[in-house]
Amino acid sequence: MNNLSLIIILLVLLAVAYQLGMQRSRKLAGGQNSASLHSRPHHYGMMVGLWAVLPPLFVMLLWNWFSPAVIQQLVLASLPAEILDSGEQAQVLLRRISNLATNFAVLSEAADWEISAANYLTALQQKSTLLLTALMFIIGALGLLVSYQKIRPSLRARHQVEKALMATLLICSTIAILTTIGIVLSMVGETLKFFSFIKPSDFFFGTTWNPRFSTAGVADGSLTGSQGSFGLLPLLSGTMLVAGIALLVAIPLGLMVAIYMAEYAPKKVRDTVKPIIEVLAGIPTIVYGFFALVVVGPYLADLGQMLGLTIRATSALTAGVVMGIMIIPFISSLSDDIITQVPKALRDGSLGLGATKSETIRKVVLPAALPGIVGAVLLAASRAIGETMIVVLAAGNSPSLTANPFEAVSTVTVTIVNQLTGDNDFASPQSLVAFALGLTLFVITLLLNIVALVIVRKYREQYE
Amino acid sequence: MTTAKVNEAGQKIKMTARDVKVFYGSNQAIHGVDMDIVENEVIAFIGPSGCGKSTFLRCLNRMNDTIDSCRVTGEIALDGQDIYAPSLDVVQLRAQVGMVFQKPNPFPKSIYENIAYGPKLHGLASKKSDLDDVVESSLRRAGLWDEVKDRLNQPGTGLSGGQQQRLCIARTIAVSPEVILMDEPCSALDPIATSIIEELITELKQNFTIVIVTHNMQQAARVSDRTAFFHLGNLIEIGGTNDVFTNPTQKRTEDYITGRYG
Repeated sequence: MNNLSLIIILLVLLAVAYQLGMQRSRKLAGGQNSASLHSRPHHYGMMVGLWAVLPPLFVMLLWNWFSPAVIQQLVLASLPAEILDSGEQAQVLLRRISNLATNFAVLSEAADWEISAANYLTALQQKSTLLLTALMFIIGALGLLVSYQKIRPSLRARHQVEKALMATLLICSTIAILTTIGIVLSMVGETLKFFSFIKPSDFFFGTTWNPRFSTAGVADGSLTGSQGSFGLLPLLSGTMLVAGIALLVAIPLGLMVAIYMAEYAPKKVRDTVKPIIEVLAGIPTIVYGFFALVVVGPYLADLGQMLGLTIRATSALTAGVVMGIMIIPFISSLSDDIITQVPKALRDGSLGLGATKSETIRKVVLPAALPGIVGAVLLAASRAIGETMIVVLAAGNSPSLTANPFEAVSTVTVTIVNQLTGDNDFASPQSLVAFALGLTLFVITLLLNIVALVIVRKYREQYE
Repeated sequence: MTTAKVNEAGQKIKMTARDVKVFYGSNQAIHGVDMDIVENEVIAFIGPSGCGKSTFLRCLNRMNDTIDSCRVTGEIALDGQDIYAPSLDVVQLRAQVGMVFQKPNPFPKSIYENIAYGPKLHGLASKKSDLDDVVESSLRRAGLWDEVKDRLNQPGTGLSGGQQQRLCIARTIAVSPEVILMDEPCSALDPIATSIIEELITELKQNFTIVIVTHNMQQAARVSDRTAFFHLGNLIEIGGTNDVFTNPTQKRTEDYITGRYG
């Protein structure tokens, strides 16, 4: 009996309870006319169904939450005293035992006490599942019976169903929020570990990035001598440079696309072209990376040669230009929507005063849409800052503090990839720095998003 | 500029319409309207919803051009000049024939910038002080100056509905038009704001020719010199406001005015 089959049983129970509740309410209403009931029959069905399913589901969640810990304690308690006293960590012991119980391979021969503990664990788990099933069944049946008995024509089943629905929606949104919080917390934990190796001031204000990888074998914490320098600034400057170039490309292009779409394009053109532009946002970024590497980079390098400039094929410029193309739809689509939302009355007012179409767009429509457009640009910017694959392939991966767009640079995201790929000890600062970088990036994009949302919301209020 | 036409009563004719038909796609909204609009009069268009009075109004400064499917035939002239002639500059026309809309639509700019918008576009004021003068005189003529003179830099959208509408009227006046078209200018306003606007219309008559579309027959009776009654895209009756309201020649006009339909 695993959780899946339990859920299937619950669904069956739900269907049965729904039918029962509906039939009983119909019977109480006395045949065909159900107007004497407070709620519609299906509300009664739903109510009984919810009472039959939600309590057992709740029990199941609680059980799954707590039972592993209880079982572990029981198993630990059953171990021979001399093993527990030997100083071996309980977690390590338990992992070996549970690997044995699930027929996972373990290093070295299993001892007798380990095998018996594993058997005990399996037995406990089976017992636990059995207990849970029985408990759920009893509670479900109880819920069904009680709520079935409670059905009266005056029972406000509809209210209960509505409330349950609201609670479900609330739980779903809570899960989304909790996930975000969980991500942040996990990063904060690792980041704090990193800062126990490296001073925060060295990280945030350091100007060199040279995380010498620790030599293999020295994984016991005696790393102090071989630590590199973990300066954030070269990476941040690279990120800003690439994102800045991307925005320089995307803002004018995207805005002009948006203005054309919203103000000039006939409906037919708009309906065909808009989705095509939006495809740009759907292209996998690794494909953009190829494009940058194979087409744009060499082209820019050739162009530079013609103009007498040294432009490296993989440079901030290459990555920025391609990223700019990628984020055009973010700016054009959002701005297009915002420009379209500017009330026709404003346009009419301006045209009625004898303004031309372009004057109206420049002096009335765009200023009115400006806050929304700024919001769109900030959203695009946070996208550009978090973008990884294009810069991995096309920015040259050279963490140097430079403002020259023709040079190779590295960004925060690229560095995270570099630090986390390969055989690295997860307890070394060389790996942990990835979390510090990730958290920094997260905070930056979060701030950008908040600012963008505030601006967009303020704009909305103006016209509603 | 041709010489101004004069009607039987010796009044100067400002605008003429001859056999004007308007189509939205294949749907005909106006079925041949003939009309003379006299200089410095207030003429009211009345009629039930969808009768074409607003559509006809919008033909007078070619605002219908902004609707793709709209087609206008016939002849409309301002001071004897065909406003649908290919040589005519629609921007110039709209400077001469201004428009005030049903819902107050101030730009999301300061009160000052709202008024200065038109004069700046048309280069009517070269110096800052000239512009200040235009803004002040426009606001004064719209009866709004005393209420807003201390907050010219605040957004026009922060004013009350009636003030916003007067701002829009001031904005229109600032371009010095000859004709002002008003499309139900009071329909979004309360009775007090409405009566202020009505007084304003009566004052503006001295300098402008005013065409007003209204759903409110009392309003038409109060402010207009002549009234035109539209029904189903036809001009049914046009005449002095008193005559139309007290002694209509057409049965349909009488039915509408006495509230039998509409």
